[in-house]
Amino acid sequence: MKTRRLDNYGKINRDKILSFSWDKKNYKGFEGDTLASALLANNIGIVGRSFKYHRPRGIFSSGVEESGALVTIGSKDRRDPNVRATTQELYNGLEASGQNAFPNVNFDLAGINNYLGRFFAAGFYYKTFMGIPPFEWGRGTTIWMFFEKFIRKAAGMGSASELPDPDSYEHAHDFCDLIVVGSGPAGVAAAIEAAEKKLDVILVEQDSLVGGDQLAENNFDNSQIKNQLENLGIKIMTRTTAFGLYDNCVVGLLERVTDHISTPNVNIPRQRFWTIRAKHIIVGAGAIERHIAFNNNDIPGVMTVNASKHYLNRYGVLTGKRIAIATNNDSVYETAQQLSEAGANVTVLDSRTNFEIETNKSFEIRKGYVPYNINGSKKIHSLDVSKSENMNKSETINCDQVLLSGGWSPAVHLLSHRGVRPKWDYSNACFLPSDSKENITMVGSSRGLWNKNDCIASGIAGTTDALNRLGISKTNYFFPKPGGWKNPIQPLYEVKYKKSRSKSFVDYQHDVTTDDVRLAYREGFISVEHLKRYTTLGMANDQGKMGNIIGLSLMAELLNKEIPEVGTTVFRPPYTPVSIGALSGRNVGKHFRPLRVTPMHQWNIDHGAKMIEVGLYQRPWYYPKENETLSDSYIREASTVRKTVGICDVTSLGKIAIQGPDSTEFLNRIYSNGFSKLQVGKARYGIMLRDDGIVMDDGTSWRLAENEYFMTTSTGEAAKVMSWLEELLQTRWTNLNVNVTSVSEQWAGVSVAGPKSREVLNNCVDDYLVITNNNLPFMGVTSTFLKGNIPCRIARISFSGELAFEVYVKSDFANTMMDLLWANAKKYDGCLYGLEALGALRVEKGHVAAAELDGRVTIDDAGLSKMASTKKSYIGSAMRKRGVLKNNDREILVGFFPTNLKETFNAGTIVCEKNNIKGQGIGRITSVTYSPELGHWIGLGFVKGGLDKWKDTNLVGADPVRNKQMNLKVVSPHMIDPKGERMYA
Amino acid sequence: MIRINCPYCGERDHSEFSYGGDATINYPSLDSSEKEWTEAIFFRKNIKGFQFETWHHSNGCRMWLVVERSTVTHEIKSVKPCHPNLQKVVENNK
Ligand SMILES: [Zn+2]
Repeated sequence: MKTRRLDNYGKINRDKILSFSWDKKNYKGFEGDTLASALLANNIGIVGRSFKYHRPRGIFSSGVEESGALVTIGSKDRRDPNVRATTQELYNGLEASGQNAFPNVNFDLAGINNYLGRFFAAGFYYKTFMGIPPFEWGRGTTIWMFFEKFIRKAAGMGSASELPDPDSYEHAHDFCDLIVVGSGPAGVAAAIEAAEKKLDVILVEQDSLVGGDQLAENNFDNSQIKNQLENLGIKIMTRTTAFGLYDNCVVGLLERVTDHISTPNVNIPRQRFWTIRAKHIIVGAGAIERHIAFNNNDIPGVMTVNASKHYLNRYGVLTGKRIAIATNNDSVYETAQQLSEAGANVTVLDSRTNFEIETNKSFEIRKGYVPYNINGSKKIHSLDVSKSENMNKSETINCDQVLLSGGWSPAVHLLSHRGVRPKWDYSNACFLPSDSKENITMVGSSRGLWNKNDCIASGIAGTTDALNRLGISKTNYFFPKPGGWKNPIQPLYEVKYKKSRSKSFVDYQHDVTTDDVRLAYREGFISVEHLKRYTTLGMANDQGKMGNIIGLSLMAELLNKEIPEVGTTVFRPPYTPVSIGALSGRNVGKHFRPLRVTPMHQWNIDHGAKMIEVGLYQRPWYYPKENETLSDSYIREASTVRKTVGICDVTSLGKIAIQGPDSTEFLNRIYSNGFSKLQVGKARYGIMLRDDGIVMDDGTSWRLAENEYFMTTSTGEAAKVMSWLEELLQTRWTNLNVNVTSVSEQWAGVSVAGPKSREVLNNCVDDYLVITNNNLPFMGVTSTFLKGNIPCRIARISFSGELAFEVYVKSDFANTMMDLLWANAKKYDGCLYGLEALGALRVEKGHVAAAELDGRVTIDDAGLSKMASTKKSYIGSAMRKRGVLKNNDREILVGFFPTNLKETFNAGTIVCEKNNIKGQGIGRITSVTYSPELGHWIGLGFVKGGLDKWKDTNLVGADPVRNKQMNLKVVSPHMIDPKGERMYA
Repeated sequence: MIRINCPYCGERDHSEFSYGGDATINYPSLDSSEKEWTEAIFFRKNIKGFQFETWHHSNGCRMWLVVERSTVTHEIKSVKPCHPNLQKVVENNK
């Protein structure tokens, strides 16, 4: 087929031929083409199938408002669906394909949906979801469940690659005085004026070239503008979309760095997500031409008038030979003239009857005519037109293209992101931006200015406004009045034709027709927000840039109201789609979140540790020998601790230095148990409650000196506790002289546990006398030295229930400490143990941990009533017995054994009475382990009424997730050594 | 994005801060009744307009701040340290 490219038109680089593929066939284009212009040049009219009805669709526009030419770019792991062909720059080797069609866009089997239209009308999803009358109306979702997969397959667009994204993305930040969005005449004038007034300016342009709509002018050369901007030191960001405005003049940008390059440098990110913090924002985002709703207004070959001007003058493509232009305004005549000069046979149908326009008379103008029906299905054969006053008088125009201009909508989207509602302007038939109290100024045609000189003047005025608001100047300025056409626009949104049986589209991308809007009205969905959701008007990724106003006008007509009374929907970011990759940036894979390791991390790995994530921390999970499994390993480790000795890295615990004369008073207020009498050289286990009486965290505090404590917290709550202590000291108890410092990173900690732990330590400390039972009794604390003159802190604290010590050294000495302890532990057949064995040991002892202290548990629930002092007031003391917290049937901490000791159970099991297995039961199991000491599985958890109520009753553990049930008995949570004789040894 | 002008660190993104809560509550003494504590903990005004609230510069200087912010527009009128002694230091350094 012959090319549509004209020799003497366009700014494409004809010396550089690019080859690309469309639906697996090869074509040629030029450097400077978009995919859309190259497709048009190659005479490809059908580029997609519509969302619901699978109607053939062509290219409607030349920009971001495109709602027809949505295609898939690339393949395999670089397959990108729903890309606008109109903004995709062509590159050598580009692979593009049509969407939503089988086998292809030219012949699509699902095109049958077009004839089943009444089933796919507005509200279709909701109605199907409710059941289909009369069979199962209101009875639920059976039919939906049955049809869902077919419907989802039939109605949809392109599909994303399911493979990992091979490209990298970057987050970047910048600051400036003024950011200008849009490089049309207004934006450029604003930027130049600001730079001359010494402001630091960033100019953002979504296109690859600066110039805005001037790029559609046949004699426009943008290099001069570009040089001028650069010489003034303006930072120009092309291929960059300002997708959203946020509080405090923060602008979100998406820079497409390599999307136009065939083989990008792998060291360059594909896209950059910019956060710009500006002092003022000027938006010159332009305006978008609307179409007109009438029968079959979606046949390939329909386009906006301005788009055809772009294709002609920028890309050298004449989009039709016999062109009918339908309009209600003056903006089309320059284009009509140029198209006709380029060789097309042009007829303009203007709905207005009384107007004067100067042309070179190279084309026909039919005053008072409107289009009402297109004949054709895959391409346009002819257009039925009639007198707008008398629809009975009609005739048919032979044409191969229909260009539409229903007026222009200023791009007020970015301002709308800031909650500023636009106001309807009757004389220009469009929404105009309202003034913003924030430092945002709208300029150019995005404030409804239709000619270039007005746009330039508005840009300069915009910068003056910015300078005034920034307090740099106090200059009077004025904006030109909206408008600028010689003849007024005549509102025209829809041309109705009684005989029509086909479809008249409002929103091309979501296949919303004028009938859908009427149906929504009849069914009561008359508010704009309801109309939008019921019909999905404006909910596709073009956000109704072309069609929203038409939908509004139809609803206004139905309600017998004016458009401003019907309202407008709020635009939300992003202005154009932003890829998930750009949002996540480099925060993927291992960089998804920060990684915390202990100073002996490598030592642990070198000694065979398998690691597990605990919050952000990597902690040793277990240390398997040869072929041991996880359970083999932790059972051996836990047994070894009880028999001889084990060493466990506990560095991830939170550590806080508490210093100052009021430290004791402070601790006495934040812990539920007494701290006022804790002697120097002693540690105490303490529980912190929240203001509302629920347990926040538990840990130990060591009194190192009169006014100095060393606090440990749980791993998970460390950051929260630190913030909490700071809050109390800075906001509530500002007269307390206490300083808190996080020293979690400064100290490496290890637990040495087991009957042989003292003997191991004897060989490791400088002076073994400091750790004798007399000198370091249970809960004793000492600051001493490990061999090699390593300062350390030792506390005799036990989590395992065995004789045990926690040893802390400065983080730099961590490996030396581990070497020393491990060398000596081996002499007693000791082991290294991980989190799994630690868990087994504490469950056997009935010690609560994060699984139990889940933010719902009181100190009494946790069986720790004796930790709640009655002699003092503390945080949470007034509230811990409030309302429901004092009920008798609260769930209390207990232990669980399976009745048949050979059985197992899992955490999460619901505890029920035998004949009442349902709902939430009477309790739950929170932690389970195999107990090496007892030789069977045990659990910790909660049951209503606690041990006393259920100790002689057989209960049932229900585990519906794993489809499992077992008989249980309730036991004391202190499942071994309940008197704690071992710890005191 | 809200930008908060920390008196110690300067203007920073809100993502560096953690939200605290109502800064106007006078927490009762620890030995006060359950009723007084209930009032202090659970009852909040739902202000449309400017309110005083605490923010913690948790990824910065760790200072707790009183921020006067509009719940409608996010406009921030004032930022100062919660602790009166720190307030004085800021005042003296102005
Ligand atoms: Zn700060």
